[in-house]
Amino acid sequence: MTTHASGVVDAAPPHGTEPMPRVTVAELDRLIATARTCRANVIRLVHHAGAGHVGGPLSAIDVLTALYFDVMRLDPQRPLWPDRDRFILSKGHSSPALYAVLAARGLLEDATLLTFDELGSPLQAHPDMRKSPAIDMSTGSLGQGFSAGLGIALGAQRRGSPARVYVLLGDGECQEGQVWETAMLAERLRVANLTAIIDWNGQQQVGWDAESDEPGRQETMLEPVAKWRAFGWQVHTIDGHDMAALVSALRACRTATAPTVILARTMKGKGVSFMEGDNAWHSRVMSDAECALALAELGA
Amino acid sequence: MTGQGALADATGVGDPAPLTAVVRPARLANGEGRSISLRDAFGEALLQLAQADPDIVVVDADLSNAVGLTSFPAALPDQYLQVGIAEQNAVGVAAGLATWGYRPVVTSFAAFLTSRSLDQVRVVVAQTGLPVVLVGGHAGLLAGRLGKTHVSMEDLAIMRALPGMTILAPADGVEMRGAIAAALAANRPVYLRSGRDPVPAFFAADHEVVLGAADLLREGDVACLLSTGSITPLAHAAVQLLAEAGHEVAHLHFGTVKPLSGAVVRDVARGRRLVITCEDHSRVGGFGSAVAEILSEEALVPVLRIGTDDVWVDSARNDALLALHRLTPADIAERIAERLTR
Repeated sequence: MTTHASGVVDAAPPHGTEPMPRVTVAELDRLIATARTCRANVIRLVHHAGAGHVGGPLSAIDVLTALYFDVMRLDPQRPLWPDRDRFILSKGHSSPALYAVLAARGLLEDATLLTFDELGSPLQAHPDMRKSPAIDMSTGSLGQGFSAGLGIALGAQRRGSPARVYVLLGDGECQEGQVWETAMLAERLRVANLTAIIDWNGQQQVGWDAESDEPGRQETMLEPVAKWRAFGWQVHTIDGHDMAALVSALRACRTATAPTVILARTMKGKGVSFMEGDNAWHSRVMSDAECALALAELGA
Repeated sequence: MTGQGALADATGVGDPAPLTAVVRPARLANGEGRSISLRDAFGEALLQLAQADPDIVVVDADLSNAVGLTSFPAALPDQYLQVGIAEQNAVGVAAGLATWGYRPVVTSFAAFLTSRSLDQVRVVVAQTGLPVVLVGGHAGLLAGRLGKTHVSMEDLAIMRALPGMTILAPADGVEMRGAIAAALAANRPVYLRSGRDPVPAFFAADHEVVLGAADLLREGDVACLLSTGSITPLAHAAVQLLAEAGHEVAHLHFGTVKPLSGAVVRDVARGRRLVITCEDHSRVGGFGSAVAEILSEEALVPVLRIGTDDVWVDSARNDALLALHRLTPADIAERIAERLTR
C-alpha cells in the first residue's frame, strides 16, 4: 500500500515492472467463473434493451475479465485514482461487455446494466467518459481509442506515473488508417506502457466472404503478425478464450520494453452455442426464448 | 407584408438600440504597432505562455514552422510532440494528454485539421469536452497561392456545427496573442483560426480579448456591419469609404464566432435597415450564416452576407483573390452601398 501526501491510502496493489507470479489454478477458476457471469449479464442487458451488439461482446469478455480482475491496477473505491491503469474499448460497439465487467468489478452499479441505451443512462450505446468515471475514454468511431490510448500512455510517462494503458481493438478495426498512424508513432516513441489487444474474432459487419473464394483472402486481417512486427511492436498470438494464456500474456506486458500487441484469437458469440461463429449475431436482437436458452447454457 | 419597407416597419421601430455591455468600444492601433502575421503572433505568444506553464504541450502534425512555431521545438523540446504527418492521430493523442491535465495545442493547417481529422475532433474532443486547442493555420484568402486543397474557406462552417466547440477568429496579431491565451484558459475545446501573411496592427497594443465579447469599431445609424477574423481591417476601411459617401454604417468585430450572443446580434440589428456580415470564408455556414440564423428567427432585418461564393478557391496572389471574390475594401463598400441605395 502507498500513502500519498494527502493521507489517501491506495488500496490497489503497487505498480511494478517485476514479473508477476504464475497464475494459480484457483485464480483461473475464479476468472473463468467471473467471465461466465459477465457473459450472462451481456445477454441480459442486450436482451432487455432490445438493441446493441452481442457477438463481439462475447468474443471480448475473456480479455476484459483478465484485465479488470487480474492485470490492471485500479481501486473501485476511487475510480479516478490518477495512477490507475487505463482501459480503452476502441471497438466501442462491444460496450455491453465493458459494462458487464465494470459492474462485476464494482465500478458500476449493477442496477444500471438494465438501463443500457435508455434515456438518461450512463451506459450509452458506445462508451462515454462524460457519463461515468469508470470509462477512461469515449469511443465508438473505430480507430480513435487507440490514438487516445497512446496519448494517455504518453501523459502517464510525462507525469511520472506508473499507469499502464490497455486498448482493445477489433480485427476489422485494424482496417482504419488511424490504427497504423498510432502504431507507427508508438514505435517511434518507444511507448512501452501501451498494450494493444486485438479481439481477433475473424468477422466484421460485411467483410470479404462474398468477394473471394481464394483461401485466406476472406480474412479480416492479412498477415497481422508480420504487419505489427514491421511496425516495431512485440507480438504475441494467443487463444483469446484461454484464460491462462491471456493472464500470462497480459502480465508479461508489464515488463515490456516496446509497445506490445496481443493477437487474441477469439470467436464471435463465444459461450452461447447457437451464436458461436455465426455472424448473424453481430447485432441481432434475441427473442425471449433465445435469451432463456443462452442464459441456461451459461448456467445463469 | 411584402417588401423590405414593410419588414422594417414591422420589426425595427425607433432609434437604434444601445449596444449591450458585452459590446466594448475598441481602441485601434491607428498606424501604431507593428505589422505581424497571425501565425507569428501565435508563435511568439504561445512560446511565452508555455514557458510559464509546463502543462502546455504542442502536438504537431509536422507543420509547426508553417503555423508560426519556428523556435518552439528547440526552445521547449519537452513541451513539443511531433507526431508526424498524421492529423487524425494528432487529435487523438492530444485528447489523451488532456486527460492528464495537460493543455494540448494541436497545430496543422485549417483545411486538414477541420476536414481530415474532423471525426477525431468530433468524438474525442467535442464530445468529450476535453480542453484541446486546435490551431488551424493558412485559413482564408489571405493565405493565397496555396490553392483549394490547402486553403480552407469552410473551416468555420464545419467547426460551428459541432456542439461545445468554441471558435475564435482574431483580426490581427494583437488579438491573436490574447486569443491563444484565452483559448488555453478556457478549459474547453477551442478552434483558433490563424493566418499566414503579415497584417498591420489593427487593435491598440492593450486590446483585451474576452471570449464572446464584440468590439465596437464605429457607430452608425443606417446599417451595421459585423465582421470576424482578418477581414475586419478591410471591412473597417470599407465602412470609412461608405461614411465618405454619406452612409453611416456601424461596425462591430466578433473575435469569437461561437458562441455568438443572440442578444448582441439582435440589439445591433434593431432599428437599422440592413445588417451586413463580412468574413474571409465561404458564405455557406460561417459567421454570416450564424448571424442570419439568429436574425431570421424574428425577421428583424435583411442580412447581406459578404464572403466567398459557394465555389472552390484557385491558387493566386492574395490581392488577385480578394479582387476576384470582391472582398477588397472598395468592393465591400460598393456591395453595401448598392444595397443601401437600391
